[in-house]
Amino acid sequence: MSNADKKRLLREMIFFRRFEDRTFEAYMERKIGGFLHLYSGQEAVATGVLEMARVGIGTKGDYVITGYRDHVHAMKAGAPPREVMAELYGKETGSSRGRGGSMHIFDPTANFMGGYALVGQPFPLAAGLALGVKHKKTDQIAICFLGDGANNQGTFHETMNMASVWDLPVLFVCENNLYAIGTHIDRSTAVRDQYKRMCAYNIEASQHDGMDLDIVMKAAKTAVDYVRNERKPYFIEFMTYRFRGHSMSDAKGYRTKEEEIEWEKRDPINVYKARLIKDGIITAADVKTMQDEIQHEIENDIIKFAEQSPEPDVADLNKFVLDDNPDPRWIGPLNK
Amino acid sequence: MAQLAYWEAIRRAHDEEMAKDPMVIAMGEDIGVAGGTYKATSGLYDKYGADRVIDTPISENSYTGIGIGASMVGMRPIIEIMSINFALLALDTIVNAAAKIRYMSGGRVQCPVVIRTPGGTAHQLAAQHSARLARMFMSTSGLRVVTPRGPIDAYGMLKSAVRCNDPVIIIEHERMYNIKEEMPDTEFFRPLEGAEVVRKGDDITLIGYNYSVYLCLEAAKRLEKDGVSAEVVDLRSLKPIDRETIRRSIEKTHRVVIAEEDEAPVGVGAEIITGIIEDCFFALDAQPVRIHAADVPVPYNARLEKAAIPDVEDVYQGALKVLGKI
Repeated sequence: MSNADKKRLLREMIFFRRFEDRTFEAYMERKIGGFLHLYSGQEAVATGVLEMARVGIGTKGDYVITGYRDHVHAMKAGAPPREVMAELYGKETGSSRGRGGSMHIFDPTANFMGGYALVGQPFPLAAGLALGVKHKKTDQIAICFLGDGANNQGTFHETMNMASVWDLPVLFVCENNLYAIGTHIDRSTAVRDQYKRMCAYNIEASQHDGMDLDIVMKAAKTAVDYVRNERKPYFIEFMTYRFRGHSMSDAKGYRTKEEEIEWEKRDPINVYKARLIKDGIITAADVKTMQDEIQHEIENDIIKFAEQSPEPDVADLNKFVLDDNPDPRWIGPLNK
Repeated sequence: MAQLAYWEAIRRAHDEEMAKDPMVIAMGEDIGVAGGTYKATSGLYDKYGADRVIDTPISENSYTGIGIGASMVGMRPIIEIMSINFALLALDTIVNAAAKIRYMSGGRVQCPVVIRTPGGTAHQLAAQHSARLARMFMSTSGLRVVTPRGPIDAYGMLKSAVRCNDPVIIIEHERMYNIKEEMPDTEFFRPLEGAEVVRKGDDITLIGYNYSVYLCLEAAKRLEKDGVSAEVVDLRSLKPIDRETIRRSIEKTHRVVIAEEDEAPVGVGAEIITGIIEDCFFALDAQPVRIHAADVPVPYNARLEKAAIPDVEDVYQGALKVLGKI
């Protein structure tokens, strides 16, 4: 990987962190409503995995789908940050035209097939994307990001079974941040190591440090290549940690300050930044410049776009419920 | 023209749509090698292969979800859920995903998936195989719900459902699979929307859908012997409901009975009658009557089962009541 790419990846992670922090501020200002689940701390996973996949090339790329902590996955998949922020602001220019909000970012032009609020619901949808790919005989793959908490849903077991039986080209990325909302994995789940559950489905699986971008990328490359070449599912688990609460209403009373401090020492941005500085690829001054540029971009372009965009027209309330331009040959009505 | 049974009509629709469009696939429990519980997909496995006629494990929520996911990338899956009772296991993916994805993506992603499932009581199948649930699906924004009553609609509406860009729930009925009708040999389509006047009459309107249309038609024959001319309307679509056809009929007959196999309260009849009150209250000469199933889990015992669900006699008595004859 070139030094320019390494710098770009560091910039992306700093950008994602600042983007999420800025949504927090906007939420406190009540410019963003609903639920807001932030990705801070887990950046290396989405950044590293999708760096190894085919993203940012439109509809010929790989499909990506995830749960409600979806802003960063959408942006790394290719959704324009302006549109993601506008969606959080509920604007007509948003990724989902203001109809979805934080938990439901969609950008089919980037093959980002959505964020979903029902925990575990994307498992079968992801397998369905892969079924479509298999049917069309392209070399795309589907990538499904979900947390460890999702793995106790029936859809997890049902989908792993079918993905294996039907040889579906889908990569399941388990972001194990140790907490299912506010319940520690040891209190909810019989095994802490989620990849071990794959032996029941005869699916290749592995577990890795999710706080180190280089480790994530190396492991993800193996997994992505396996799915793309073998046309079979793979389950990859990354041990990670979310620095903020589950959502905005979370006081984090279920975990200790000591535990948080331990994990913050492994902040994926600091780890990667320190490595690039040590390797002489970037200087501390360069990073400062980078942060200032990001700050400027988010304030003067992204937030400005979201603020200035129009809200959806109330007259359009019933738009998008069903096909708005249906073919009368199939729809009718019978008596017209 | 040929006589085709309901199940044969469904199979023919599958066959034609699969032959025409490679994106059409069929999925469900036992639909492939075994040919389907109601034979509606028999022979298709041999013709189209395991990749297009997919035998699924018994995992309703997730195989339905896989079909929905595939529809998001251009596939046209026809999913069979063996009993509408089992569709409850798939409610998350149907109601929370398929019905909402177009809306919550701002119209950018669609789910053109077809879900076929039989509802209704048959022959002492007891509480867990006799659910109706039409009322549950018709209350969900973002779905289309249709109830083909005979082979012509079973064929023509399935073909339309496959081509329609919305998620369509097709509610069949265990007691309809062997009903036969004369059908043209050439391809045709039946639209998903619009009620149908299946018997013309002047004195009273009997409204049914799915199997209850037959109860209405039989009751109409009995009423004819009493000198009463009954009009029978088949709703065909429960979402959306064709209120215009209902209104036109009632403005002619001024009296109405709605027959449903779903339980009341909170049934199809409640919604139909509300619509009538909103649309043509002053056209009514008598209060509407709804005939519905008892508000009990369907019993196993044959006598109890019969008592729990509406029959021709119930619809006939309901009509007499509206007519002021009892």
